Amino acid sequence: MAEKKKILEVKHLKQYFKNGRVTTKAVDDVSFDIYEGETFGLVGESGSGKTTTGRSILQLYKPTSGEVIFEGKNVEKLKGREEQLQFRRDAQMIFQDPYASLNPRMTVEDIIAEGLDIHHLVKSKEERRARVEELLETVGLNKNHASRFPHEFSGGQRQRIGIARALAVKPKFIVADEPISALDVSIQAQVVNLMIELQKKQGLTYLFIAHDLSMVKFISDRIGVMHFGKLLEVGPADAVYDRPLHDYTKSLISAVPVPDPEVERKRQRIAYDADKEERDGKERTMHEIRPGHFVRCSDDEVAHYQEVAASYE
Amino acid sequence: MAERILDVKNLKIDFHTYAGEVRAIRNVSFHLNEGETLAIVGESGSGKSVTTRSIIGLLARNAQIMGGEINFHGKNLLDLSEKEWQKIRGNEIAMIFQDPMTSLDPTMKIGQQIAEPLIKHKGASKKEAWAKALEMMKAVGIPNAEERINEYPHQFSGGMRQRIVIAIALICEPEILLADEPTTALDVTVQAEILDLMKDLQKRVKTSIIFITHDLGVVAGMADRVAVMYAGEFMEYGTVDDIFYNPQHPYTWGLINSMPTLESDTLESIPGTPPDLLDPPKGDPFAPRSKYAMKIDVERKPPFFKVSDTHYAATWLLAPGAPKVEPPKEIQRRWKKFKLMQEEHS
Repeated sequence: MAEKKKILEVKHLKQYFKNGRVTTKAVDDVSFDIYEGETFGLVGESGSGKTTTGRSILQLYKPTSGEVIFEGKNVEKLKGREEQLQFRRDAQMIFQDPYASLNPRMTVEDIIAEGLDIHHLVKSKEERRARVEELLETVGLNKNHASRFPHEFSGGQRQRIGIARALAVKPKFIVADEPISALDVSIQAQVVNLMIELQKKQGLTYLFIAHDLSMVKFISDRIGVMHFGKLLEVGPADAVYDRPLHDYTKSLISAVPVPDPEVERKRQRIAYDADKEERDGKERTMHEIRPGHFVRCSDDEVAHYQEVAASYE
Repeated sequence: MAERILDVKNLKIDFHTYAGEVRAIRNVSFHLNEGETLAIVGESGSGKSVTTRSIIGLLARNAQIMGGEINFHGKNLLDLSEKEWQKIRGNEIAMIFQDPMTSLDPTMKIGQQIAEPLIKHKGASKKEAWAKALEMMKAVGIPNAEERINEYPHQFSGGMRQRIVIAIALICEPEILLADEPTTALDVTVQAEILDLMKDLQKRVKTSIIFITHDLGVVAGMADRVAVMYAGEFMEYGTVDDIFYNPQHPYTWGLINSMPTLESDTLESIPGTPPDLLDPPKGDPFAPRSKYAMKIDVERKPPFFKVSDTHYAATWLLAPGAPKVEPPKEIQRRWKKFKLMQEEHS
């Protein structure tokens, strides 16, 4: 992985929300890198800060502190409208809810072409139409769907429209925030397969945010696990799933239902005490326990995690 | 043989809509054995929720029962008046809904909400009911129950609210509990807790459960028997092992195959979308999406073929003389496991 190029670096990202006197630390000192062409899966339960992280990376929120570096440039300090527009083109988003994320009053053509218009990527109406039709076919829809409205489509089809919209401006990096959670099982596989196929063909990089661990493991090269705004573990997908280090990751994996009755009958749940790490007040940072496999711990816990890692070998 | 507590026969339900009659439930028959958990699996629009709602008399106003019977203690529930329903609902048959955020009354203390069914159905005094409510809150694992009994729903998290909903559903010790996607809105760790709680309470209260879900993982852990539903019909039903290790219907294959397992490197999706029930297909409703479909699948509806005493599937592939097809690899792997399990048993 060392020779691979970093497309995105997140450094000590903090995103706090103030509500009166209460400050919510939605994202609290999170750092990770995403390499070109890979899928980085970010998992966590509701309130873990995974969605906020994705949104802060795209500057949909102004981060409280920390840096987001995209292709070597700090996205908060982009110079001039041109650089900003370029970032908005290169980094796109696919949203969770295919019902809420498409404007019901716009035709599919206008939805998909909005980015094309803003970035002046097409010169004529004909070109615009042709590009939209091409995109529709890329995502497995019919080209005469272009003149229809969102309500005429099923959930899976809408998510395809959302993907076509993201692809329209030829991005390099896509944040996909729970893109399949709202879909039926049989449709989820369709959308995931489409995303994988597009990645292969167009060399896309994904930040795939989800709570469904089995699907994240399937699609991701590397996985990050978030809990209460903190990133607890990062590593290759297989390592995090099969050889988890952090107790929270273990508890999360032990809770995932498996479509196999025998496995379910034998399942042992592992409970996680979230307060334990809070109480001792130790300073915790990311430590590399195995090559590429990091866990958030204090200096004196490193030995313990070395043992955990060794126990799998 | 376990005793049948509920017997649904040839149920047909239509919905009147502006576009026409939606044939939501098309000739569904099944039974529920005493003390068991029957899971009904299906995608949205397959009719699994409508089926359960008909068992507790909570169908939408534009729904019309076109035929069939639901027999419970020698009575056909479809003949009941609203007054008679009120005696059964929440008492002998109770329901847990998917969304714990909207299924509680925001203006009532939760203690009152848990106690209400006891006062209404069992004629308990307020004091008795309150004491029982407190006991129930402890049973469903709500910490500091003595204090929290006086709180309102907004003061609880989603998981805690679903525990309250379960407490309300179980306080009258119903014979049948209908659970419609009770954990879909919850996080996985909370889901695991709630599912364990339901299993535990089922043993204590001795209730039979109909569990609706689209999550095959949850089914594998909860169900004794499973029915697979598609486009308003049952495709296949059997014990949990029958369905997961010896599935026969191409739709069941597709469902199992479209979930990532630890061994899978590819994900097989089911192409297309479910049929429009305004104009339901004549034959096997899954045929248009199935690569195993034969000519007869489009023309004639397959009957249920018997696979074993516990296992039936509605596919022409099981008809005598049907061509042998090779199911997906993952299914073949499961079939092998099923054979091994049977050999071990005998």
